[in-house]
Amino acid sequence: MSKRVAVVVFPGSNCDADTLAAARAAGSDAYYVWHRDTDLRQADVVILPGGFSYGDYLRSGAIARFSPVMRAVEAHALGGGPVLGICNGFQILCEAGLLSGGLMRNARLKFLSRPVRVRVEATDTPFTCLSTTGEELVLPIAHGDGRYVADAHTAAELEADARVVWRYVGDNPNGSTNDIAGICSVARNVVGIMPHPERRNEALLGGPDGARVFQSMEAGHATQHAGALRAVGGRHDGM
Amino acid sequence: MAPFRIEVRVMPRAALLDPQGQAVEHALHALGFPEVRQARVGKHLVLEVEAPTREDAAARARAMCDRLLANPVTEDYLLAVDGGGKGA
Amino acid sequence: MTGGPPPTPFPGDPPITLALVREHNLTSDEYRRIEALLGRAPTFAELGIFSALWSEHCSYKHSKSVLKTLPVTGPQVVQGPGENAGVLRLPHGWAVAFKIESHNHPSAVEPYQGAATGAGGILRDVFTMGARPVALLNSLRFGSLDDARNRYLFGGVVRGIGDYGNCVGIPTLGGEVDFGAGYAGNPLVNAMCVGLLKERDLIRARAHGVGNVLLCVGSRTGRDGIHGASFASEELTRESEQRRPQVQVGDPFTEKLLLEASLELIASGHIVAIQDMGAAGLTSSSAEMAARGGVGVEIDLALVPTREPGMTPYEILLSESQERMLVVAKPDRLAEVRAIAAKWELDATPVGRVTDDGMYRCRWKDQVVVEIPGRPLVEDSPVCHPEAREDEAIARLRSSRPTPHTPLPTPEECLLRLLDSPSIASKRWVFEQYDSTVQASTVIAPGGDAGVLRVRGEAFGVAVSTDGNARYVLLDPYEGGKAAVAEAARNVACTGARPLGITNCLNFGNPERPAVFQQFKEACRGIADACRALGTPVTGGNVSFYNESPTGAVPPTPVIGMVGLLPRVDHAVPSFARAAGDAVLVLGSTRAELGGSALWEAVLGFTGGEPPRVDLEAERRLVDLLVTAAERGLLRSAHDCSHGGLAVALAEVAMGGPYEEHPFGLDVDLTSYAARLSPYELLFSESHGRAVVTCAQDRAAVVVALAAELGVPVHRAGVVGAPNGTFRVTLRDGQIARPVAALRRVYFEAIPRRMGD
Repeated sequence: MSKRVAVVVFPGSNCDADTLAAARAAGSDAYYVWHRDTDLRQADVVILPGGFSYGDYLRSGAIARFSPVMRAVEAHALGGGPVLGICNGFQILCEAGLLSGGLMRNARLKFLSRPVRVRVEATDTPFTCLSTTGEELVLPIAHGDGRYVADAHTAAELEADARVVWRYVGDNPNGSTNDIAGICSVARNVVGIMPHPERRNEALLGGPDGARVFQSMEAGHATQHAGALRAVGGRHDGM
Repeated sequence: MAPFRIEVRVMPRAALLDPQGQAVEHALHALGFPEVRQARVGKHLVLEVEAPTREDAAARARAMCDRLLANPVTEDYLLAVDGGGKGA
Repeated sequence: MTGGPPPTPFPGDPPITLALVREHNLTSDEYRRIEALLGRAPTFAELGIFSALWSEHCSYKHSKSVLKTLPVTGPQVVQGPGENAGVLRLPHGWAVAFKIESHNHPSAVEPYQGAATGAGGILRDVFTMGARPVALLNSLRFGSLDDARNRYLFGGVVRGIGDYGNCVGIPTLGGEVDFGAGYAGNPLVNAMCVGLLKERDLIRARAHGVGNVLLCVGSRTGRDGIHGASFASEELTRESEQRRPQVQVGDPFTEKLLLEASLELIASGHIVAIQDMGAAGLTSSSAEMAARGGVGVEIDLALVPTREPGMTPYEILLSESQERMLVVAKPDRLAEVRAIAAKWELDATPVGRVTDDGMYRCRWKDQVVVEIPGRPLVEDSPVCHPEAREDEAIARLRSSRPTPHTPLPTPEECLLRLLDSPSIASKRWVFEQYDSTVQASTVIAPGGDAGVLRVRGEAFGVAVSTDGNARYVLLDPYEGGKAAVAEAARNVACTGARPLGITNCLNFGNPERPAVFQQFKEACRGIADACRALGTPVTGGNVSFYNESPTGAVPPTPVIGMVGLLPRVDHAVPSFARAAGDAVLVLGSTRAELGGSALWEAVLGFTGGEPPRVDLEAERRLVDLLVTAAERGLLRSAHDCSHGGLAVALAEVAMGGPYEEHPFGLDVDLTSYAARLSPYELLFSESHGRAVVTCAQDRAAVVVALAAELGVPVHRAGVVGAPNGTFRVTLRDGQIARPVAALRRVYFEAIPRRMGD
């Protein structure tokens, strides 16, 4: 059975189609949910895609978090359902308080679009269960507000709980605290990532690295079964 | 009800890197203003509201800041309320 | 004229005087023509309408006669010039809509908003054809980066384009940036958009169906940008610096909503036509749609949603507020149209209807304020036949040479100087600010010869490029015009794509000056000849005249936007060396052609001489070779050899892409190549019709044989060296030898260093 994956579309989302396609390429049954909808239609997984919801006016993600659909997303997350926020989706999850910290203007103050190298730091999330710790991925970034910030206490907690999921390797492109590229919630089911895995999921687009995220998502009850999945070499059916 | 004008100043929290502020600071130094010790860049919002009293207006405005206008993780804010006649 | 009383002035309208007519950039001849057409004096609103529609920007009065000579047909052409964008046929029912447009004057006054709204306008031209925008490109020209004002303009324009395109979610796939003293004070900002559609979904901006309803969709109308069209048709003066209110402010978020709503409206079948309210706003969109459809329209201006109270008919007609569309819908589908708009949080307001009397009529409630015969308004605009005569100073420049005793530094030093010159150096600082991967279809990102994108679900892909070298055009407009097309075709062909067609943006000075008009005419003749020879018809574009500042006209700068078809996108050829030990081949012939070269400009500060000649037959053969070799999977890389000559091309092949962690060394021996040339001519001549390719050693003989078969000279020049190795070019007397990493530093740091990053 394929996973039912709800890709939420806010006014101003612009990676919704790319994300839907990447989820489908990984074997998921992905569909759009409009931001005014209040029903996620039995979603197994919810993805908040990248873009400029509400033009990023006021602050990135600040207005989208009040969209009607966010009630359902919060309920899904609180019930343990996997949620992935990519780029603007990550910003929305922080604004909504589903992830700690926030995302601010890049340290060099310019929008930055380029490939970066990230290291997988935690494999016990629904979106990294097929990866191995220390694995490096090359993924594109494209953001102006990508500098992850958290106060010292929160940052220490993230590190202590191993909730940093991806970390920039080499050059830190935006000045993020502790080179953080992505984190997860305390319950590990809500995950945010600044780079765009959906834009680099096959050789034609420069490499397959991003597909790992969607294949992991499709691979099952990751949190509970991550160990078992790794034991069979990261393979799963439905591919 | 009386009209009030509320000005909200939203600033990046003091502990956080403020790259815009730094850029302004460097630019001012380059332009011959070495006396600038620090520059910080924030946002200024102006709201026209109706409220029974100045206190109500301020309380509502604080709620607006907490909910939407400022992000408590990254920003601090300051309110100034004007209008409503003589302290009504 | 039909019955009914003639239009009456709106309360507060100024009386029509000669001074007012002149303020509207209309000549007394043109005014007499208006009176004859109406049979009476125009109202103030009508005067504004004529001023806008008969401006150079809307009517092409100076360029029309020349543009008619461009080739516009071909089996691949679905839509030629005259619509919002041109359309070419692709395989399997697909088509590509594309257009380039300038936003030079607004960007000179307010670089950020000027450039942003330029990107917005060109996006709307493409999605109003029913095409989804899939790529942006831009051609930019600025004065020297040594000057703070130019750095400010450059930084602002790049940020403006980036913030707009990034927000809407359109990847920037390419473009070019050049610098020259002639652009100080009058930068050029040309934006190109490429969209994909199924040919059957094409919609044209032609109002038809008497009784159909006109709706305004999108943003409200404000007082911004009033008379931008006539603003674009005059020279920049210090006064225009004070005209900031004329510059519009862009809202990319609304643009994104408008894009989605428009595509949904077109797909729904509820509407019959749609057009952007671009230059000259409501006036041009409504008048042009009516004229194209051969119908009349009647608009009640009091119904147009406005941003501020008290706006007059004149202001509403001529406002250039951004992110607005004029839609023609069937009257029984209004509810559906409004529901689609509302879904995207947009207003759709009925403001008028299509009529059968051919009149362009505007009312304010019950009062008629405008009544003009529609077709003559748009189609009988004046045509000028200006005099064309070459400036003698240019002829002298062409026959001049650099002072013979100025010694040139060593070839190695020359190469380093060129790699450090902003015109040649990497534009990474620019394209890093543009999202180049959104839509997840980017196969070749900016930094190579042409951008390449896939079409989801299809094997084929599309290659896109913009090109133009004003130095050549300045020295010899005919050869320069040919060169712009040839280089664009070469860039597209280097990726393996077959060039299909072009759009052009023709940036010139004041056409009323014979020297400028001569440049324009000759450059167009060159473009036309090249397009015919290469089989790439012109599908539309934009003429931007009056690019002058107090210091004079800009160099004549025609920019060519080229689209090509790559039958197998997975065979796309990048422009950088990819494997150590590969063979390096130079295709084409190198001649002693240093006229207008980057070498003379960057090292000697001299722009002059005969620019390189374009042999169009040789270009066609080179394109054939590149396309055929790519199709057969023979090439590992292919890179156009142009600005900076062979030396710069070889260095770029070695240095690799903008994020290459292990660039390759290169070992090239030119001792037996073009023996009659001096080392400087050999390395830095900008002869056209050349490319540097690399291929696996066991394919080299096949490539050489194919080149011979197709009639392209080929020279086996050397091999790709080790990762992080040495870039070495051996000459008859001496050599260039530098670690490739050192070249990279120079090439990639040149612009950031000047911009203080």
